[in-house]
Amino acid sequence: MRDYERYIRYRTFPTPWCPGCGDGIILKAIAMAFSELKIQPQDIVVVAGIGCSGRLPTFFNTNTLHTTHGRALTFATGIKLAKPDKTVVVISGDGDALAIGGNHLIHAARRNIGIKMILINNGIYGMTGGQVSPLTPQKFITETTPYGNIEPKFDTVNLLKASKASFVARETVNRPIPLKQVIKKSFQHKGFSVVEVISNCHINLGRKNNMKDPIAMSRWIADKTVTQAQFEKIPVQEQNTKYPVGIFVEDKERLEYTELYYKHIVPTTQAETIKANSTAKRQKK
Amino acid sequence: MKKLKADPKGVLTGAHYLDGDYALAEGALAAGCRFFAGYPITPSTETAERFSERIPKVGGVFIQMEDELASIAALIGAVWGGQKVMTVTSGPGFSLMMENIGLACMQEIPLVIANVQRGGPSTGLPTLTGQQDMMQARWGSHGDYEIIALSPDSPQECFDLTIEAFNLSETYRVPVFVMTDECVGHMHEKVVIPPADKIELVERKWYKGPKDEYKPYKLDKDGIPFLVKAGDGYHFHTTGLTRDELGYPVINSDCQDVVVRHLVEKIRGNADKIIKIEEDQIEDADIVVISYGITSRVAIRAVQMARKAGLKVGTLRLITVWPFPEKRINELAKKIKAFVVPEINYGQMVLEVERCSQGQTRVIGIPHCGGWVHDPDDIFKTIQEAAK
Repeated sequence: MRDYERYIRYRTFPTPWCPGCGDGIILKAIAMAFSELKIQPQDIVVVAGIGCSGRLPTFFNTNTLHTTHGRALTFATGIKLAKPDKTVVVISGDGDALAIGGNHLIHAARRNIGIKMILINNGIYGMTGGQVSPLTPQKFITETTPYGNIEPKFDTVNLLKASKASFVARETVNRPIPLKQVIKKSFQHKGFSVVEVISNCHINLGRKNNMKDPIAMSRWIADKTVTQAQFEKIPVQEQNTKYPVGIFVEDKERLEYTELYYKHIVPTTQAETIKANSTAKRQKK
Repeated sequence: MKKLKADPKGVLTGAHYLDGDYALAEGALAAGCRFFAGYPITPSTETAERFSERIPKVGGVFIQMEDELASIAALIGAVWGGQKVMTVTSGPGFSLMMENIGLACMQEIPLVIANVQRGGPSTGLPTLTGQQDMMQARWGSHGDYEIIALSPDSPQECFDLTIEAFNLSETYRVPVFVMTDECVGHMHEKVVIPPADKIELVERKWYKGPKDEYKPYKLDKDGIPFLVKAGDGYHFHTTGLTRDELGYPVINSDCQDVVVRHLVEKIRGNADKIIKIEEDQIEDADIVVISYGITSRVAIRAVQMARKAGLKVGTLRLITVWPFPEKRINELAKKIKAFVVPEINYGQMVLEVERCSQGQTRVIGIPHCGGWVHDPDDIFKTIQEAAK
């Protein structure tokens, strides 16, 4: 048994995912990141919402919470505040994180609470059979955009930048080794971190858009993947069709939320209480 | 069920002049609540403000979340982190919490939510009173489940019943609602907080067996499963899906039957132990006024007027609203001429009284659409009519 397998809960296999789904690659990348960083399973809490991504925690041999649609970050906020020393990981999909849970995403980023988020972007609601998501590319055919998607997608990186996120990165399932590396980096980051992973849903997105199999979809992802340097040279009007990869923000200076809370609020109030008590005692004397 | 004494750190022993909202917070702190996540909403905001000032002093957490969905979710997360938790809200916020109240029922999470009710529907009367969320408290989330709801009639009871709510939530691993209202929430009265060693608390059902044998939903002898903290090495899984003893999803009707029966029966089966009611002058009564919360204090005046007029009237106050005291109501229905049920809504708990009376006596509701309490004269007139 390789060390990263300690982090995988084989008793719950098989997974509910379609053959060729990118979620398996992400599962392994996360397990390998845990293993290489030597974070012990008892010190990890994995939280997820609803969707194909929501089933990921079931397969980690740690403390795993499957919660409600869009709210994973808020459950994780409660856990992180109650257990600040644990590695709290949230796994979310694009619908989960940016549609129903979009508000929680920007607030978690604003607070800089030490949650490590893996945002799996397959551009579609997969579990429900292929409806448009806020990250579906324009013109794509889905079950709810039979004439093509007219809505622009969110620019996740800039959305998070504007929300003051302290760690933002993007990778794709086509590049499992860089993916693992960037996940490792995000796990080492103290504040709120987001790694957006571009993944393939050939069944519910590809099939309707001339990319029936995982190979065709991963070719499409490869074609859209650019380095940040290459991205800068692309005309602005075409930028929205590309996925630049790598780390976009890494701010190590910003204090993490639970650290601020326990180091600032709690001692300040307790010092005040002690001061008030001693004044009261003196007055009694 | 292991009993504990309260931690003196959180107990503000002494006689205070507090409003109901503050008393809710003090009750929670005395009960060992060390995690509050909430969102401002009139008329409950004062409780959140009190928590924000008081809870860090006892080493606890206050966080103002981005909405009520986030607030209750953070509570559930904090329970898995081992904390005793509470939030407070009013109608619109209560509506937003409903989905995750269902999750808390499914995952069997001990937590307390106080609803300082205001007039509805929708934004309604933010600053004025109501008792219009009573049925929502029982049925608001989707699916079959049971919860416990208590209804304080004074700031003192806001304190006492919040402690009781925590104890019930730990005993049965279930969300417990303190269904108060704007009147009680904003009413200032004397609140006596006893010394910590006089406050009895129920300890959480911690699992202490071998780490690899922990099953999150395996029932103990008392029918309630054990809890652990995330990060203590138990590697449990929990979900909102229908699940087996191990907490893993099982999507079929056999497993559903086991889970739903358990969620419902752990409360229904213990209803006699949970239910608290207060009866007065009921021995010779042929009319009984059933009320709860602020309305029960208005009813006292009406009953005094009726007794003066020579009518045999008694009162029954619901301290526990859910589960409903159906046995007692049915028993009384056999003996008396009529129930009179005033409440600050268009007729909610009166439907339960009708159900439990099974047509054996008259049930007369006195609806009030909210914004103010009943006029005691109106209740008195209804009593007179019932006596005819």
